[in-house]
Amino acid sequence: MENQKVNVVVVGAGAGGGVVAKELSTAGMSVVLFEQGGWISYDDHTDDELHSERNPVLGNSCGPDDKRYRRVNIHPDGSRHVVLPSEGDYNNISACVGSGTVTYGALAWRYMPEDFKMKTTYGDVPGSTIADWPISYDDLEPYYEKAEWEIGVAGDDRLNPFAPPRKKPRPMPPFTHNKEATLLRDAAIRLGYHPFSMPMLRNSIPYGGRPACYRMRTCIGYACPVGAKAGTHNTVIPVALNSGNCELRTHCIVSEIIVNGQGKITGVRYFDQNNKPGTQLADIVILSASAIETARLLLNSKSAFFPKGIGNENDWVGRNLQGHAYPHATGLFKEEIYDDFGPGSSVGICDFNHHNPGIIGGGYLANSFIRMPYSFAGVRPPGAKMWGKEHKIFQRENFRRMADVHGPFQEIPNFSQRIDIDPEVKDFWGIPVARLSGKTHEENVAGCTFMADKAELWLKEAGAIKIWKGSGISNGVSAGQHQAGTCRMGNDPKTSVTDKFGRIHSTPNLFVADGSLHVTNGGFNPALTIMALGFWVGGHIASEWNKGNRFK
Amino acid sequence: MNPQNKLSRRRFVQMAVLSAGGLSVFARCTKAYSDWRFFTGSEAKLMDALADQIIPPDDWPGGKESGVTNFIDKQLIGPYIRFQDTYRKGLNGIRESCKVLYQNSFESLDFDEQTHFLELMEDGKLTGDLWAGNFDRTFFKLFRDHSMQAYYGSSRHGGNKDNISYKMLKLDYPLIIGQNRYQN
Repeated sequence: MENQKVNVVVVGAGAGGGVVAKELSTAGMSVVLFEQGGWISYDDHTDDELHSERNPVLGNSCGPDDKRYRRVNIHPDGSRHVVLPSEGDYNNISACVGSGTVTYGALAWRYMPEDFKMKTTYGDVPGSTIADWPISYDDLEPYYEKAEWEIGVAGDDRLNPFAPPRKKPRPMPPFTHNKEATLLRDAAIRLGYHPFSMPMLRNSIPYGGRPACYRMRTCIGYACPVGAKAGTHNTVIPVALNSGNCELRTHCIVSEIIVNGQGKITGVRYFDQNNKPGTQLADIVILSASAIETARLLLNSKSAFFPKGIGNENDWVGRNLQGHAYPHATGLFKEEIYDDFGPGSSVGICDFNHHNPGIIGGGYLANSFIRMPYSFAGVRPPGAKMWGKEHKIFQRENFRRMADVHGPFQEIPNFSQRIDIDPEVKDFWGIPVARLSGKTHEENVAGCTFMADKAELWLKEAGAIKIWKGSGISNGVSAGQHQAGTCRMGNDPKTSVTDKFGRIHSTPNLFVADGSLHVTNGGFNPALTIMALGFWVGGHIASEWNKGNRFK
Repeated sequence: MNPQNKLSRRRFVQMAVLSAGGLSVFARCTKAYSDWRFFTGSEAKLMDALADQIIPPDDWPGGKESGVTNFIDKQLIGPYIRFQDTYRKGLNGIRESCKVLYQNSFESLDFDEQTHFLELMEDGKLTGDLWAGNFDRTFFKLFRDHSMQAYYGSSRHGGNKDNISYKMLKLDYPLIIGQNRYQN
């Protein structure tokens, strides 16, 4: 059966796509929202650490699965690896309705004004593609506010002097600290830092018809059993569906963007839930499939009009791939500091996000989420036994006496860290897969070392009796769940892929609305910024459409 | 010899998994009767001994009692099907190396001798064609990781019997939503 043409196709029901689908469908446009996975229930995998998104050794609880998906990873030594979604090198984000917003830690940061002006703030960096965003913090501020209220954020800026200016407080009060976070908060105050309870896309009180968080052990990497964690799956996507204008098609794989004989984009080709090929025509196509998959779809959509893939005239699609390095320190305490009051991460400082002497960028530091037992079995000071009697005794004696301090370091992007298309490997549907290559800019080493030293100092002041640390820079591609930058926005079509509203420069009706747009990635978890960009891009399209612009 | 030995492991798994009906290739892999899904009886005995080295019994049960062998056996016909060859080859390698070094089986060595042998393996110091390309180190790391998963992961996968590792860490389990604690 032929699908009826609609106004908009959105590819990917995650942080960006869920918001865009809601903005457009409630503005009266007809929308088909494609998602490669399905709806997730907590009960499918409960608190099973071996399927959690942070440690999915037996397969990702929220997809993608090991049977049908592949990527290729080129290591810095040139070796080529075909990787499964359950392996770290895949750089996975959940494949389900809500995507990463189902399994994230739900940190709800606004980027700081400097994060949009990295080149102005720090100048040129040789070998990097550092640049300013074409939009400023002030441009995005109202859209951050929409995300905070429509999806739901708990937090309070009054204790954070580095917080960017805002017009309206967040809708929920901040979370209280557990024993470990309280210790760290007091230590930070003694050091002259400015600790506060970090903003969360998680209910501290009942909000939006969903209950408050009951502080269980597992959160990051797992679906929430009571829906206290806010994602697009339990907020904006239901609103879109209730509008009557949005159809969500789950378990559908979009394989190609259709270009007609005049070089115009007319819709997408996809495989449906029965793996049957289909087409969906639309006036406008919006890609929200994450930094790796959005770029892959553009590069796989080759035609006489776009021989190098759509938007790739100047070879920028897939470039500037970036995630976050996580400089960290781990400390052991004399007394038990674990009180089983979850999910853990709550106290943070923004003292080192910017203007650190001799360092480009920075990031926040915070205590981390509760480590589950298998993950803790891999945490030992350098030189300690990783198995046997000593290892088991360590596990038992220190599980409740350990704290991690870490934070996402804002990486300086570079042109060679990228995704392109692997010439050989195809997925289950026969679609060529993404190939990841390159590595993080060398400038990041100094910054990450600096941050790890600060984390160590903080733990020491809190009373840790043994501390070890690491820069957190991976030996290879940095992307992960914070992947960004592959279709950067900009004013100059020669050095960017989209304009400031996410429209691909060389097309009138193809947009991107996900982390691919990020020019730089802030020293923060990117989810709230991706949501804000969803409101920004979606709001622009809806307002133009209702003025009569048909994007032809 | 299994048919997949003619291809690289990765290439094979890729083909087997991606082509429809590929899994049927594995149907005739195992030979004599065994109480186990993948392991032979003697392989399982060796696995039990290895498991008790990785997580030795003390005041709390060791790897063997907690079901490490069962966990790995179960995963080897599931998500870890891609490691079948590695285990068959690796366990055989341990058997052969112990024959040469000690004229005995690994299980018959005393505890400290077993530990010493595994330390050689961990450091990549075993010799012979069996361990070419640092396979001793690779295989050691693999079954060490899998043993930790079995002992410290969710008991629904056949290890961590009676949630024993959670008890050892003084973690209430399972948590009952709304009953263990409710604040705010």
